[in-house]
Amino acid sequence: MSIRERLSGNEATAYAMRQINPDVVAAFPITPSTEIPQYFSSYVSNGQVDTEFVAVESEHSAMSACIGAEAAGARAMTATSANGLEYMWEMVQIASSSRLPIVMALVNRAISGPLNIHCDHSDAMSVRDSGWIMLFSETNQEAYDNMLMAHRIAEHKDVLLPLMVCQDGFITSHAIENIELVEDDKVKEFVGTYKPEHYLLNKKEPIAMGPMDLQAYLTEHKKQQTVAMQNARSVIKEVAKDFEKMTGRKYEMFETYKLEDADYVIVCMNSTAGTVKNVVDSLRANGVKAGLLKIRVFRPFPVDEIGTALKGAKAVAVLDRVPLLNGTGGPLFEDVVSAMFVNNVNVKTINYTYGVGGRDVTEEHINSVFKDLQELKDMKEPYRFLGLKGRK
Amino acid sequence: MYNVKEIVANKPSRFTAGHRMCAGCGAPPVARMILRAVHEDDHVVVSNATGCMEVSTCIYPYSAWTDSYIHTAFESASAAESGVEAAYKSLKKQGKLPENEDTKFIIFGGDGGTYDIGIQSLSGAMERGHDMLYVCYDNGAYMNTGIQRSSATPKFADTTTSPAGVSIPGKMQSRKDLTEIMVAHHLPYVAQTAAYMNFKDLYEKSEKAIYTPGAKFMNVLAPCPRGWGYATEDLMQINKLAVETCYWPLYEVVDGVYHITYKPAKKLPIEEFLKPQKRFKHMFKPGNEWMIEEFQKEVDKRWEELLAKEEMTNK
Repeated sequence: MSIRERLSGNEATAYAMRQINPDVVAAFPITPSTEIPQYFSSYVSNGQVDTEFVAVESEHSAMSACIGAEAAGARAMTATSANGLEYMWEMVQIASSSRLPIVMALVNRAISGPLNIHCDHSDAMSVRDSGWIMLFSETNQEAYDNMLMAHRIAEHKDVLLPLMVCQDGFITSHAIENIELVEDDKVKEFVGTYKPEHYLLNKKEPIAMGPMDLQAYLTEHKKQQTVAMQNARSVIKEVAKDFEKMTGRKYEMFETYKLEDADYVIVCMNSTAGTVKNVVDSLRANGVKAGLLKIRVFRPFPVDEIGTALKGAKAVAVLDRVPLLNGTGGPLFEDVVSAMFVNNVNVKTINYTYGVGGRDVTEEHINSVFKDLQELKDMKEPYRFLGLKGRK
Repeated sequence: MYNVKEIVANKPSRFTAGHRMCAGCGAPPVARMILRAVHEDDHVVVSNATGCMEVSTCIYPYSAWTDSYIHTAFESASAAESGVEAAYKSLKKQGKLPENEDTKFIIFGGDGGTYDIGIQSLSGAMERGHDMLYVCYDNGAYMNTGIQRSSATPKFADTTTSPAGVSIPGKMQSRKDLTEIMVAHHLPYVAQTAAYMNFKDLYEKSEKAIYTPGAKFMNVLAPCPRGWGYATEDLMQINKLAVETCYWPLYEVVDGVYHITYKPAKKLPIEEFLKPQKRFKHMFKPGNEWMIEEFQKEVDKRWEELLAKEEMTNK
């Protein structure tokens, strides 16, 4: 029997980490993810886990220590947000290129500057092409479930890539909601033990990691990383099937909500999807065929599935929870449009930046997007702001 | 009794031939001797900061290290090794590693990776007390990128970012005293050493450092023929002059107690150390005598301070 509880997203994440019982956790506090290492430290202090907690002096060292620990043959985890992720950025790349299945809880927050501690996805998007598997979570339940599936995916022999589980700062991380937890013994059995093939602490087979890798080999090594990321697709699906068997909760690359016959579709990630679902319901009640596509697996990006899923729509709006600073669209928009293009899907698609720095996203805002889609005549204005004060 | 011939004959080198460091570089003999101080049955995980040593000893698909080795980035060697050490503790505690095997953790970083970009990571790891030894091979500049000044570069030295020019005669700041910064971490063992007198001082301190539980630090002089401007065959002579002039005193601090392990019977004037090196050439031009005087003063001051600390902590 599963356990019914009420937990915040951070509590749920820490709870999952206790059940996973990693060998090493190295973390540095940063709002809004601070609670995760805090809760976890108490598990360590009370002897509830076997973990060595390394209270590092910075996020750069947090990721460095995770790299060292994972390379040594241990399961290593960390948690961070925003500037913390920016500070460890250099090591984030080294973790993935060293093929170390480290798992990170990323509680999404706006990156500086100016300083802002509230939710947007600019932190996650700054590492979107770093070779990490990236799972996004609408609710505390999804943050918990994604975390339980993380190691099975990351440590799979055909994958061996680090993985981050994203959830919205404060909105999900600090809001207490109902949650269904899995029993400790079941989690232990589901996650399994980490058995690396090569590791630093194996005296019988000393290895060298992180060499200088020049023109003769780097391209091929990067190809191997690419293949590993492609391999992750099927592994993610397999693990989700096993997870469904255990919990009855079904996870796919993305969630569709009334999408099948939808004329007007919003594509988004994380907590905003909940608001969109409400709006879709009320529009449907008024005869408007609205629908939602909520990305769960952002990396590897489900190119073909998304292209196909959107082909029946009349118009699509992609919501990017980041400022648009590149002169074109946001990262999610670019990926969605690219996925449609390579699948010969030609549907009018526009892009909104929204919710930046924790700006509230209301049903009114989402309604206005669906209204725009219904009135969309051409692609003259593809890049738009949602919820902008004053003149647009 | 220490016998270098016996050690070299009986202890296989864990740092092999075939690496690509320069002839006359002070770092390889230092690394080799430190690893010889590891007991034969023990395994080592070396963590190496980006730098000359790293780019010359582990070029895919080759490695000069017979033990396990990890390089992550320039400033992260200490933090990475603290992760390895934490993993060891955790896995040992859980019975996931063989009980009868011991692993030692040694980090190598140049002065760039240690005094400068890596000092935060080093300080953090030392404060946390991981059971490991950090070795700084100090060649007094960023040699790997082409001889740029570091905070370990001595005053007046000519480097590519502190060139001795018409208006500014080389680096205008004194060197940071990293060994003392590490002493201030109150570690169980801190030492400053060099490859001198048949490596005795280096070997004995290494063994002590490796087998003292907790976080340890050694600062080892590692002259650079390209950056310092000496003939490759003069490496050991340069080491000798650094010690005999008291530019680079040999000492150790055990649980806060100072012990100067070598006191020159007659301290040589600093010119003896400066003169054979091209980086100080401009100091010997007529009219620049003040530079040598000032350099001598700084060396004397630091030596006197060290003597005083030894006296104070041995009362």
